[in-house]
Amino acid sequence: MKAEGVSTVKARVKFSKQGNMKFIGHLDVMRYFQKAIRRAGIDIAYTEGLSPHMIMSFASPLCVGLTSDAEYMDIELRTPVSSREAIDALNRVSVEGITVTGFYEIPEGKANKAMTLVAAADYTVRFRAGYEPEKIDLKSAVEEFYAQDEILVWKKTKKSEREVDIRPMIYEMRYVPAAGRSGAQTEPDSAVGKKALDPSAVFLRLASGSAANLKPELVMDTMLGRYGIEPSPLAYEINRCELYADTGSEKLQHPAEHDGKAEYEAGAGANRILTSLCALGREIL
Amino acid sequence: MRKLALSDEILLSIEKPARYIGGEVNSVMKEKDGVSVRFAMCFPDVYEIGMSHLGIQILYDMFNRREDVWCERVYSPWVDLDKLMRERQIPLFALESQDPIREFDFLGITLQYEMCYTNVLQILDLSGIPLLAEERGDNCPIVIGGGPCAYNPEPLAVFFDLFYIGEGETVYDELFDLYKKCKENGVSRKDFLRRAAQIPGIYVPSLYEVTYNEDGTIASFAPTEPDIPAVIEKQVQMDMTGAPYPDAPIVPFIKVTQDRVVLEIQRGCIRGCRFCQAGMIYRPLRERSLACLKEHADKMLASTGHEEISLSSLSSSDYSELPGIVNYLIDQYQDEKINISLPSLRIDAFSLDVMSKVQDVRKSSLTFAPEAGSQRLRDVINKGLTEEVILQGADEAFHGGWNKVKLYFMLGLPTETEEDRKEIAHLAEKIAEKYYEIPKDQRNGKCQITVSTSFFVPKPFTPLQWASMFQPGDYLGFAKTVNHEIKEMLNQKSIRYNWHHADVTLLEGVFARGDRRIADVILEAYRLGALYDAWTEYWDYDRWLQAFENAGVDMDFYTMRERGLDEILPWDFIRVGVTKEFLKKEWQKAHEESVTPNCREKCSGCGAAAYRGGVCTMRRA
Repeated sequence: MKAEGVSTVKARVKFSKQGNMKFIGHLDVMRYFQKAIRRAGIDIAYTEGLSPHMIMSFASPLCVGLTSDAEYMDIELRTPVSSREAIDALNRVSVEGITVTGFYEIPEGKANKAMTLVAAADYTVRFRAGYEPEKIDLKSAVEEFYAQDEILVWKKTKKSEREVDIRPMIYEMRYVPAAGRSGAQTEPDSAVGKKALDPSAVFLRLASGSAANLKPELVMDTMLGRYGIEPSPLAYEINRCELYADTGSEKLQHPAEHDGKAEYEAGAGANRILTSLCALGREIL
Repeated sequence: MRKLALSDEILLSIEKPARYIGGEVNSVMKEKDGVSVRFAMCFPDVYEIGMSHLGIQILYDMFNRREDVWCERVYSPWVDLDKLMRERQIPLFALESQDPIREFDFLGITLQYEMCYTNVLQILDLSGIPLLAEERGDNCPIVIGGGPCAYNPEPLAVFFDLFYIGEGETVYDELFDLYKKCKENGVSRKDFLRRAAQIPGIYVPSLYEVTYNEDGTIASFAPTEPDIPAVIEKQVQMDMTGAPYPDAPIVPFIKVTQDRVVLEIQRGCIRGCRFCQAGMIYRPLRERSLACLKEHADKMLASTGHEEISLSSLSSSDYSELPGIVNYLIDQYQDEKINISLPSLRIDAFSLDVMSKVQDVRKSSLTFAPEAGSQRLRDVINKGLTEEVILQGADEAFHGGWNKVKLYFMLGLPTETEEDRKEIAHLAEKIAEKYYEIPKDQRNGKCQITVSTSFFVPKPFTPLQWASMFQPGDYLGFAKTVNHEIKEMLNQKSIRYNWHHADVTLLEGVFARGDRRIADVILEAYRLGALYDAWTEYWDYDRWLQAFENAGVDMDFYTMRERGLDEILPWDFIRVGVTKEFLKKEWQKAHEESVTPNCREKCSGCGAAAYRGGVCTMRRA
């Protein structure tokens, strides 16, 4: 995609998708932002050609049913706007459940696109009321499961069925006791206070993106399967908490301080350095 | 967070859960204890269809401007949710508050097409409201119907407490004020209805009685009480510029049929096509001022963020300020890449120029609606479009780069002959020949001409309201004639032909001109499982035939006879401006193949001048 002949600023928008918005699918969230950007009066750039459309790309589609504190989309601006102004303008025209939490300038170049960068994601998984597994102690189940060196799962492809080891794609997994919230790099004000009485949860940091992708449902289903519990698609309430780029293995520009950075020694990729997608951008003043 | 009526388990197991959660941009939330009247506005079809309707958006906005009224929306649950709601006895709810419809003061149902009638029963049924108005108690919502099908409300009369006849902008305030007063004073349902019947445009079917002759025609129609008006006056909003219009329409999350700003530039039509109900019941033509349209367009685009604006009217080319509004929108919104869509334009130099500016010529197609193949039959229906005009428009368009043409016709018109049907194919052929007259190096490949025919349904308050219909086999024969003749044409490879089902047409015809006895058939069909009849995949003609049989109603009585000019028609008690005398004269002229000039050329004395406004009081060119 190329913008028509004007110089533009590339920007990354971070937003949360909570509550009833979990029923809105990915394509409709895109449509929502196309209209929200117009309502907010943000001067976005368009593609060239006979049917111009907004230059806008999402980091990673979120399935219907999941909530998120960290959705990202990259856009191009014809007229620069400060982060504060853009956030206020977008939230003023928003609906309950969608809140823009960050707006950053990002470096030029295809390699810096959120969609290309995504390497990992954080999730918290809770059991929907009425679906809590009764027979197991969740804390020890999580610990035992994560302690394994290898976790083989049958994966069906179009041609065949083969066994895959998903363990290298699990970067972190831990039990989160009730009445607390995981310590992932969520924004300080995002829903922490409100959810103080949340039931216990499982925190997951998983490979995500085009190179390797692991769904939190599969991890949970596999773990529960060990105890003979049949997977149910409605059993989990999943919240995506953050999306990361791997800045250890790729040459990326770092305009910002590395405050969203978390280094990992464990697992396969020894050079893996996960940096949240927002930490790769710079606030626009 | 708003609590939803449906659980996550249900919402995640059905198609498009966003249909049922509300919370859209510009939807209106109020405190239910802070209002005196709760109104549930219903379009009895699925969300994507219902949300695309302008009329509801106008009324929603207008009602919610009143502090004492909270208007919410409700649509037909799709078949997947319908099944779950019945199994688990979940009551139908409104999108905004998610509260059961049963708790509301009013349930307003808009009747836009006949094939939604079983969906009306579904709405009542799922809400837990007795289907028959006479069985409803004092604490049941008042069920009110409106929209174009309410111009013959009789087939649905027993299901509704009230009908609002005419344009919604005028007497709802009066109705709400009366309702509030009655509610405060503990007035019974029956008494409220009696008082409501005094408001112009409000029809309370339970206060009228119909008797029939031995041959089945209506013998009398009269109020059962002395103070109830014998005639219902259609409501008209004469000042379009000052009329309420929603500056912040609701923006759905999911893609709906009309995913754009809709700007109603005028209401009514000067053309007087004899088959067209809208062209008669919305008389006289009333325009909105250019300044008013600019202001509405700006406000609506800013408040919705839509990327497209559509100009809406029955015949946009007749709007006197059309270049003004189109050029304004192009200039103002080019930079923001706002699309402008211009349905119902006549093809001429101006419209081709505008269309080449606002759309991709190579992708778009031209639309002509000659409605009948021969000039003779076009004169019968008073469709003032000549072959010469069509061919000239097509020629100009082809030179401008277009190569796709859509042609719309009706079959089964009064006086129609085999030759008239064949002329459809001939007209398509002549258009194709026009295209191939252009030198090969100057044209854009082959041309594509799509011919579509629908079957004519006689509608109340039109000059053709007395006409007979045909049997399903006849209709298919008509379509075959057209199909066969197209295959005989030299350029048949450039012509595609689509036609509609014939049996739906007959049912539409029954509902459009039916009387109160049709209610039994609708009820019976619903009991047999009919729902979403407007959707081909759920349409079941045999079920309807069964319903007619079970109800003991003879379908042919409603479809297969030409009505007598002195017969009492079920809708005769409604006064729409256009008089029955005028319609009779037009029916006569149709048979004489004689055309009537449009309202700008000459007043033909249809009766709409009684409203003293619009085109009737403008100086003629």
